[in-house]
Amino acid sequence: MDLRPRSHPTYLAFVVHRVSGLLLALFLPLHFWALGTAISGEARLDGLLRWTENPIAKAAETVLVVLLAAHLAGGLRVLALEFLGWRSRQKDMVAVSAGIALLFGLVFLLNVV
Amino acid sequence: MSGASDRRRAEPQGRSGGVNRPRNRSARGETHLWVVQRLTAMLLAIAVLVHLVMIVTAVRGGLSAAEILSRTRGNEAWLVFYVAFALAAGLHGAIGLRNIAAETIGLRGRRADLAWVAAGLVTAGFGIRAAIGLYA
Repeated sequence: MDLRPRSHPTYLAFVVHRVSGLLLALFLPLHFWALGTAISGEARLDGLLRWTENPIAKAAETVLVVLLAAHLAGGLRVLALEFLGWRSRQKDMVAVSAGIALLFGLVFLLNVV
Repeated sequence: MSGASDRRRAEPQGRSGGVNRPRNRSARGETHLWVVQRLTAMLLAIAVLVHLVMIVTAVRGGLSAAEILSRTRGNEAWLVFYVAFALAAGLHGAIGLRNIAAETIGLRGRRADLAWVAAGLVTAGFGIRAAIGLYA
């Protein structure tokens, strides 16, 4: 089996975009529902926020921030490719996308810990 | 030869006739979903950037309900932003899931598409409920 096309960084970018999109789309209804329920009172919202203070929730939030930033940066690359015809330097654009995702994750982690 | 010429003659008839109509409708539906996916992507590019910057700055020093609500209560600009964000995210996510389901498990067709759009609108509804809660 020829795996050459799959060894290209843009294939990895495709996989990251798809997996991050899938996980975010599954998380989204839960996020909206929990927020909508908690927002009904200041005490309830404070209760939810206190619950997210534990290390596991913080780690999960960091992963979500990285996934969201990765999906955003990867999505901008796809839009640039489709609508602006930016076909050159795709490896660099993939690297910049990954850098943006990790940067947001790191800044979030630094601020939240 | 005659078979090929028959096919050539039959093609325009087939396109306007009943046989290919579902396929044309399906292609049109596919195009509509693609356009919605890209338009919501463009809107989300801005909204997600604002949301991410907000997240990483707001968590500094801890979050409280009073702090969040003081920023959003009675603020029409945030309400419009979050309603548009929730609608775009709900539809974008559902169309993305629909594409993955079609490619991986072969879940296709008009009924499946309608179910995905409905799921997207329900998700958006949850988000809009939260946005109204932040405003009211």
